[in-house]
Amino acid sequence: MPAGAAREKLKAAGLDIFGALKDAGIAAFVAFGLFSLIIGLRTEQGITGQLILLPRPELLFVLVALVFAGRFVIALFFRSGLAHAGRTIISPDLRKKLDYVGSFMGVFLLLFALAIPFLFYSNRYLLDLSILVLTYVMLGWGLNIVVGLAGLLDLGYVAFYAVGAYSYALLAQNFGWSFWLCLPVAGILAAFWGILLGFPVLRLRGDYLAIVTLAFGEIIRLVLLNWQDFTGGPNGISGIPRPSFFGIPFTADETGFAARFGLEFDPSHRVVFLFYLILALALLTNFVTLRLRRLPVGRAWEAMREDEIACRSLGINTTNTKLTAFAIGAMFGGFAGGFFATRQGFISPESFVFMESAMIVAIVVLGGMGSQIGVAVAAVVMVGGFELFREFEQFRMLIFGLAMVAIMVWRPRGLVAHRAPSIFLRQKKEIPPEALEEVQR
Amino acid sequence: MTAPDILLDVHHLTMRFGGLVAVDDLSFQARRGQITAIIGPNGAGKTTVFNCITGFYRPTEGMIRLVHPDGAEFLLERLFDFRIAEKARVNRTFQNIRLFPGMTVLENLLIAQHNALMRASGYTLFGLFGLPVYTNAERAAVDKARHWLDRMGLLDRADDAAGGLPYGAQRRLEIARALCADPVLLCLDEPAAGLNPRESNELSGLLQEIASDDGVSILLIEHHMHVVMEISHHIVVLDYGQKIADGTPDAIRNDPRVIAAYLGVEEEEVDTVIEGAAP
Ligand SMILES: Nc1ncnc2c1ncn2[C@@H]1O[C@H](COP(=O)(O)OP(=O)(O)O)[C@@H](O)[C@H]1O
Ligand SMILES: [Mg+2]
Repeated sequence: MPAGAAREKLKAAGLDIFGALKDAGIAAFVAFGLFSLIIGLRTEQGITGQLILLPRPELLFVLVALVFAGRFVIALFFRSGLAHAGRTIISPDLRKKLDYVGSFMGVFLLLFALAIPFLFYSNRYLLDLSILVLTYVMLGWGLNIVVGLAGLLDLGYVAFYAVGAYSYALLAQNFGWSFWLCLPVAGILAAFWGILLGFPVLRLRGDYLAIVTLAFGEIIRLVLLNWQDFTGGPNGISGIPRPSFFGIPFTADETGFAARFGLEFDPSHRVVFLFYLILALALLTNFVTLRLRRLPVGRAWEAMREDEIACRSLGINTTNTKLTAFAIGAMFGGFAGGFFATRQGFISPESFVFMESAMIVAIVVLGGMGSQIGVAVAAVVMVGGFELFREFEQFRMLIFGLAMVAIMVWRPRGLVAHRAPSIFLRQKKEIPPEALEEVQR
Repeated sequence: MTAPDILLDVHHLTMRFGGLVAVDDLSFQARRGQITAIIGPNGAGKTTVFNCITGFYRPTEGMIRLVHPDGAEFLLERLFDFRIAEKARVNRTFQNIRLFPGMTVLENLLIAQHNALMRASGYTLFGLFGLPVYTNAERAAVDKARHWLDRMGLLDRADDAAGGLPYGAQRRLEIARALCADPVLLCLDEPAAGLNPRESNELSGLLQEIASDDGVSILLIEHHMHVVMEISHHIVVLDYGQKIADGTPDAIRNDPRVIAAYLGVEEEEVDTVIEGAAP
């Protein structure tokens, strides 16, 4: 039998071995190119300081072979699955069930969050981690206004977090203002900077906007780093006043929280208070966002994401609309920054590097642009996952990257890809991702 | 001096793109309550005229004056696009439909009422606290949307994503959306493009109703000659950016210059024009 006929036969059976071999060969070649220097050669410093190259052909071979085998299996059996990823893998039936579970997810997560301090009262590590996760949930929700609703890709969100933190720290230290005064001021100052950033980038969209906002984030960090007299430079600001329970400090003496409420002094009191504080702040962010989505501003944000020219043809001032999105998003970032400052008691520019912005953007994108619950779940998974793999420090970024790739392949529009309409006439119908796909940039 | 029923007065309008003169010294007028059509071969500059009127392009030369029924005057060439929509109340549709595809049909229509709702929500403040000023305004906005959806035969699709509608329905939705903004002048750029004959007949009827019953004057760009000849009161013919004829449908049908301009372009359309000319 000629080879061509055999090939046709296999193809008819749904197995294209030759195609798969070719595909796997290409992948292996690319892997070889990538790994030959990175993995294939190990560099060491010799006794006299010279560079020694140690070739590792076995390891290189194993990795390339793994890529070849993996790609072969994928190409052979999952080819169609990859091509129509996200649509064929989850059947409509399963999707319905998932949606049903999803509708209780929010309530469940909220109840769980409220119970955390009771469940893990004695576990300081978990409490601290929960506070960290909630901070990211809040940042994710704040950025979601800008990226998810208004469709403006902002890679410098950490700048507003920094402005909030430094405003809080400087105001509390220099003027001795209380927490409840400093926090709103920190938010307002961040919003002000949001508008300031908004102006020069009004005409930019997509990639260009992303680059300029990224630069803005770096500028703020560099200013904080170099303006020694004002910000303390690389040393940062320490001794930021700790939060008090509406004026009652969490101290061991008789004017402290424990004594006033007839409790035994326990440093966990403050942690629990901080936990509920960030939970309340995050919920406020969520509540305001949900509310704004149903108001003209919120609808204008989403409309702007869909088609800016159509917005203008309907009399919407897109300049103001963009600025409000930047300002309100930045304000919540500023609140989170203020909270961060008071929780840590110490801040320095190191806490506000680009990696933080990337993390927050990743949370929003993975969660599903515009979806509140998706962002919350993504924050838990990302920050929690990052902590989980702390021991494998070197592989953390690798796993992080792999997870991102996996989600983008299987759920290209994030964990929660559906959009809930802000108003309905007769029946609330979720908007499927297919309808949204058209506006993807 | 303008006659009392002149709504739009385009005066020596010129639009250049580098060396290309897309619109060349064009003057015409549109009357209140009428349907004024702009026709011409592809690339004649029709869409460019719309873009100048609605502020998306700033004309190189010329004046575009709009007079409201209450006497308020607007010089459109001096206003921003969104101001023209908001203050001068000129609304438009696009040759390539521009909806908000990921939002529902109803949401599309509420966005068209953005400015009124924004005021009612006290620039978000009243809305945030759910004050009745805003909730009432929103209810009124939904009623208006329902009215236009009903007229356009889209009521059943109110809660569906706009991007998922069939083509003809998307065209009608775009018109409904422009109407929700309460226009004085409605500019439609090829609303019948891509519609089947039944749909385009229905559309003709609708546009006639909108002009006569609702008192919304219409500026219409259209290639379907039977639609244009049937419903417009007044036709302006463009070729290479210049006006080659201007008059009633009957006058345009018999104008040899118009026939010549069309002969060079699409034969079926010439036939329509000539057939229409025979008594
Ligand atoms: N923004 C622009 N830049 C350059 N040329 C343009 C632009 N807009 C339109 N034109 C040119 O102007 C001419 C008229 O275009 P248009 O108004 O779209 O024609 P019509 O709508 O009558 O088919 C065309 O030659 C077109 O290429
Ligand atoms: Mg055109």
